[in-house]
Amino acid sequence: MRYETPSTAKEAVSLMAKEKGIAYILAGGTDLLVKMKAGMIEPDLVVDIKRVKGMNEIKKGAGGYSIGAAVPCVAILENAAFVKAWPGVADAANLIGSRQVQGRSTMTGNMCNASPAADSVPALVAAGAKVSIAGPKGNRKLAVEDVAAGVGRNNLKKGEIITSIDLPKKAAKSGDAYLRFTPRTEMDIAVVSVGVNLTLDGKGVITKARVALGAVSTTVLLVKEAAKAIIGTKLDDAAKANLAALCSAACKPIDDKRGTIEFRTDVAGVLARRAAETAYARAGGK
Amino acid sequence: MGAHVNTTINGDAVEFVCAPDESLLDVLRNRIGLTGAKEGCGTGDCGACSVILDGRLVCSCLVLGAEMNGKKLETIEGMADGAKLHPLQQHFIDGAALQCGICTPGFLMAAQALLRKNPDPTEEEIRYGLAGNLCRCTGYDKIVRAVQAAAKEMRG
Repeated sequence: MRYETPSTAKEAVSLMAKEKGIAYILAGGTDLLVKMKAGMIEPDLVVDIKRVKGMNEIKKGAGGYSIGAAVPCVAILENAAFVKAWPGVADAANLIGSRQVQGRSTMTGNMCNASPAADSVPALVAAGAKVSIAGPKGNRKLAVEDVAAGVGRNNLKKGEIITSIDLPKKAAKSGDAYLRFTPRTEMDIAVVSVGVNLTLDGKGVITKARVALGAVSTTVLLVKEAAKAIIGTKLDDAAKANLAALCSAACKPIDDKRGTIEFRTDVAGVLARRAAETAYARAGGK
Repeated sequence: MGAHVNTTINGDAVEFVCAPDESLLDVLRNRIGLTGAKEGCGTGDCGACSVILDGRLVCSCLVLGAEMNGKKLETIEGMADGAKLHPLQQHFIDGAALQCGICTPGFLMAAQALLRKNPDPTEEEIRYGLAGNLCRCTGYDKIVRAVQAAAKEMRG
């Protein structure tokens, strides 16, 4: 195995594109090194992107926040202004693994690893985040919900790497929330998870909504019909009941030791309602 | 092809050569002779290999030795000041917060990282802060009490 530390994204792309064997990007390594150790993968090349300029930074531009692909979760949690702007995304970062794992793991890695239960993904999908991709044929953007192709598979082409996660400008009177169900409070994998992001008008009526579900399908789901059901409401009981029913209806979960189909389907609705209540309150709604 | 690495461990300049896929934990234990960090699981679940890398708590089993160029590493071997134990170490002994001892270096590093950020943590914050460290002997209670006692002493 070769280990490379490029200093530019271009160099990283070139290394990944030229490699004829098995090549992986190393950011936090909390998935990659575990798989290598278990013998699940045997890379010929590992490209460490932590020394690529800009990839370790959280930037706030006119458009909104941009989180470099190598930024560990703990750096997101240490950025007080970011946590205030996007508490739901921060809550998701705070639920990934232990403090030790958060010291290394990245949201971009979480996304590329493409587990349906990835904690950061529903929150980022609800936030309307996109990823910036650098590749041998140029740069492109992709919505976070389109990054995963299936369980453990992503839509990046040969030589392509994600350079940053770009959040939209935080709208006035908006708020986000992320909730998951796990049997234990820490160090566990989501059985069901929900991200909600709401924008309100001056009267507290929801004008925009995004709702995302994790761990209930092969990839994280953006549930547009559930969002539509609460737009135009003040999140009254009827709206919450509709939201819960439509989230449950969107579930296509597996049955396993961590949760039955029936349980996951039911809890998706319950968590969606609770996450929407939190997001609504964070947006300034009463 | 080996990786040639220059790094700083507990304030000392250290130079080593390792295989590109070798973990930092293996480098510490097998090449440098720092055997304080332990391998419990090797997959980032148990925290027995915890070290502080550029100020951040990490599992050394989930870091490559090759990544260490120009980094600053703190391990359990650098915790005591010569023969004088760190308050956390002393309170772990005084409070019998260890039995077999395999998890202890990891707990101490995690507790140190926690107290640097939060010198006066609540019991809940201590329990969350140490959730990435597993102990199969003590039942955790004595560990939490030892961290509380050390925090109190360190606050003066």
